[in-house]
Amino acid sequence: MIPPESETKETTEMSTAGGPSEQAQDAPDLSALGVKEGAGHQVQVKDLHAYYGQVHAIRGVDIDFPANEVTAIIGPSGCGKSTMIRCINRMHEEIPGARAQGSVTLDTFDVYGAGVDVTSVRRVIGMVFQKPNPFPTMSIFDNVAAGLRLTGTKSENLRETVHKALRAVGLWGEVKNRLDEPGIGLSGGQQQRLCIARTVAVEPEVILMDEPCSALDPIATLRVEELIDELKDRYTIVIVTHNMQQAARVANSTVFMLDGEVVEHSPTHDLFTNPTNERTERYVTGKFG
Amino acid sequence: MSSTPSAFAPVSRGRRRKDGAMRVVLLAGTLVALIPLILVIFYLLQKGLSSWSGSFFTTDPNGNFFGDPGGIRSAIVGTLEIVGLASLISVPIGIGVALYLTEYGKDGRFAGVVRYFVDVMTGVPSIVFGLFIYIVLVLSKVGGAFTGWKGSVALSLLMLPIVIRAAEVVLLLVPSDLREAALALGAPRWRVVGRVVLPTALPGLITGSLLAIARGMGETAPLLFTAAGAFALTGNLSQQMNALPIQIYNDILSPRDVVVSRAWGAGLTLVAMVLILNLIARGIARRSVA
Repeated sequence: MIPPESETKETTEMSTAGGPSEQAQDAPDLSALGVKEGAGHQVQVKDLHAYYGQVHAIRGVDIDFPANEVTAIIGPSGCGKSTMIRCINRMHEEIPGARAQGSVTLDTFDVYGAGVDVTSVRRVIGMVFQKPNPFPTMSIFDNVAAGLRLTGTKSENLRETVHKALRAVGLWGEVKNRLDEPGIGLSGGQQQRLCIARTVAVEPEVILMDEPCSALDPIATLRVEELIDELKDRYTIVIVTHNMQQAARVANSTVFMLDGEVVEHSPTHDLFTNPTNERTERYVTGKFG
Repeated sequence: MSSTPSAFAPVSRGRRRKDGAMRVVLLAGTLVALIPLILVIFYLLQKGLSSWSGSFFTTDPNGNFFGDPGGIRSAIVGTLEIVGLASLISVPIGIGVALYLTEYGKDGRFAGVVRYFVDVMTGVPSIVFGLFIYIVLVLSKVGGAFTGWKGSVALSLLMLPIVIRAAEVVLLLVPSDLREAALALGAPRWRVVGRVVLPTALPGLITGSLLAIARGMGETAPLLFTAAGAFALTGNLSQQMNALPIQIYNDILSPRDVVVSRAWGAGLTLVAMVLILNLIARGIARRSVA
């Protein structure tokens, strides 16, 4: 069940620290959220159903996303891949008429629990979108800082945090001399890495990627894939992709979805070379979809 | 290769003739539409420019029956004050309503009702807003009978739907990707609106507001029974005030040629002010595209 909207409430509600007068929102206290400190964080989706109005888009999905691994979601268009991951950070409910049922847990923290502030969920579970979407009014620096500023996070050293995020996505060398220039002046691949830097700067635990390379050329795609491989040491990553080769290249395990259901979830190598389900085999060998 | 498909055949003479005829008709229609526009500008310049002078802009109308009738300073200042206050009322409220419609109300039933009333308000004749304020604020003598600020309120009612419509269109142009990106970072909606949506839409919001202001500037009817009229220069919006449309309205009925010519001069001034606002609005709109 989805609790009533409580977005405007301060995130401090979720954290143990923070006197009543405290204005700044520190990073959500993970232990208070029931999320283990230090170690990687796993996401469990159980009996998830999602709807667009009357349309039943996700029909009872159970998936475990192991900590510090890359899990790829593949499947034909309209099978519910994007909808499913948008349920994990509760972005699905932003669409008018859309709702979700079932449970999503980060370690032991119930993402859909009563009274949960969705903004705190989204800070811990970051998201990268299909089309690079830097904020057009902001400079490169401000784009990366945007996550911190938009969440009202008081950062001890904003400059250092931004630089670190840009280094983490391998963009530092390319943009260090023009941090004040508009973010939309970068190339498509750079913009997408900028968006990843923006997500990383908030220091989430999980990063959801919704076809992050489908708008990029092959070289930029390769760069982002290398980046995903580096990021998995720090984050649990879920990536939706249309591109089966991409899933094979970056993912530890792969989920094949069809018509809003999970058909098969296996280690990537097994899923592509030795699928247990006949529909998976037909899909990965290109016989349909 | 005589079997080339007929699609490559030359355009027939009949089609070419029809094309030519239609072009002539459309061009003629355009010219007919332009004639009154050009005549208005021509007469304004011809009759108005002659009355422009240094003292025209620096003296107030004096109401004397003989001799120098004075200039239009109090009318210019009055228009700026009344329209300024009207903008302070209508622009923030208008953008607020537009934000509600695009960010919160969306396709809801209440938002639909609001949109419908905004459309209705756009079509209300300006004299009705003047009458409304006359009945509600002037007859009831709230803070005096005729005052400048009541003219501002009447004008702001007229400008409000224009601001709302313009702002809504601009806010809808802000890609929903940007809202999603901000929400997905964990931003509360009010910060998404304040830090992402409004800054992105800012040039368009300014342009829309300026066009609404330009529209309000030229309106006569809302001011006639609310702010009119006085000759003296005043900075006090709680007194009767002069304004350019009122000045023109009064002067044009005068039997004295010098006073009628002052009306033309005031008309030209008003057009120039509106034109300048429009040029600024266009300049801002163009910069936002680049």
